[in-house]
Amino acid sequence: MAQAHESNTKRIWIVFGILSVITLVEVYLGIIKPEALHLSGPGTSWLNWIFIILTLAKAYGIAWVFMHLEGENKWFRRSIVWSGVFLVSYLVTLLLIEGGYIFDTLSPLLRW
Amino acid sequence: MEANIAVPTEEKGKWDGGGPKPFNASYGKMMMWFFILSDALTFSGFLAAYGLTRFKFINSWPIADEVFTHVPFVHGDFPMIYVAIMTFILIFSSVTMVLAVDAGHQMKKSKVTWYMFATILGGIIFVGSQAWEWNTFINGTYGAVKTTEGKVLQFVKDGKQISLADFVTEPRTDGRIQHTRKNGLWFEGEGTVQNYSVAQVLKSYNANPDIQVRTEFIDLDKKQKTILSREEGALRLAEVKTVIEGANLQANEYGNTSFSDFFFFITGFHGFHVVSGIVINIIIFFNVILGTYEKRGNYEMVEKVGLYWHFVDLVWVFVFTFFYLV
Repeated sequence: MAQAHESNTKRIWIVFGILSVITLVEVYLGIIKPEALHLSGPGTSWLNWIFIILTLAKAYGIAWVFMHLEGENKWFRRSIVWSGVFLVSYLVTLLLIEGGYIFDTLSPLLRW
Repeated sequence: MEANIAVPTEEKGKWDGGGPKPFNASYGKMMMWFFILSDALTFSGFLAAYGLTRFKFINSWPIADEVFTHVPFVHGDFPMIYVAIMTFILIFSSVTMVLAVDAGHQMKKSKVTWYMFATILGGIIFVGSQAWEWNTFINGTYGAVKTTEGKVLQFVKDGKQISLADFVTEPRTDGRIQHTRKNGLWFEGEGTVQNYSVAQVLKSYNANPDIQVRTEFIDLDKKQKTILSREEGALRLAEVKTVIEGANLQANEYGNTSFSDFFFFITGFHGFHVVSGIVINIIIFFNVILGTYEKRGNYEMVEKVGLYWHFVDLVWVFVFTFFYLV
């Protein structure tokens, strides 16, 4: 193991603090749902964009610090992160476009 | 242990269970990472399918904070609070896990033991909470009715949803009782008979002028479900076929059945991961107590199960966002 063996305890607690604060912000926004953010925005609402960005920030914190990706070999890290990010964004993009298309086609035929 | 581990001395580039490694990562750790990558793709398949279905029904999808509003031992509406608590429990157990890994690097056996113990405890509490959430969701809160077209109609009073139990006061007249294998037709059971019959609900609706019908249709400008007038409501109620209480794979009082299907599959698949994580953690926990890793000279196994445990937490972060928040 090439890793240094000094204790990272303090850093772990700091990251836990950051993750907790992000979660609290998400929950708070999810409960009050400010109208200005909730009812407008590009593509989806601003609120949803905030949630998605905060989620990615949390995922980064977990993967980099807790799962210790930051300490792994650079190309090992890239082989994991890039593969995942590429495949997931590809799948999500296609399926969401498809879902939107089905809605456009289907919704005029539905009676509510 | 030396007998089991081949340590190549001259062939430096060889990768057979120890010694020099590509990417400076051991075989086990690297394979754990690639397993996590593939598992992440499975989860993203689930979540992307959820996204597709939601986009398909973007103007009628159930609103999550109207569905998950319960907290144990407390009455009233508390959207999101319970899921937030569950999220904290999981993040915290992730922290104790990473502290165990950290203590393992310093070869502190008793610290590793206690942190592993805390992690397992956190995992068990999380799964228990999940079970409570499922139970609440399956039993339902308000009850609703379903039309012949499969549309779900809910009831509101003063703009707030009201449960069937609160306004259905007319007596049941169809005389239906639960038919079991023991009575009636021998060895034939039937699905659960709901507490209320359709005729009973209709009569009560007509008798209570305050009650209105709410459809699944969302006004996209206000992001709220549409409430019908009394007359329109009566027209829609004429098409009602069944009463639904709670949610399962065939019916869902909160709206679209796909919503409950995805709820069960996504949180169920995640819960299954948590359960297997707990089992693996327990195995490693006992190995730590027995001193297996102390003898081996490193706590890499703790690190590997740690990776899996963090992954479970990572997935929950996404499930939390895309199922409960967005």
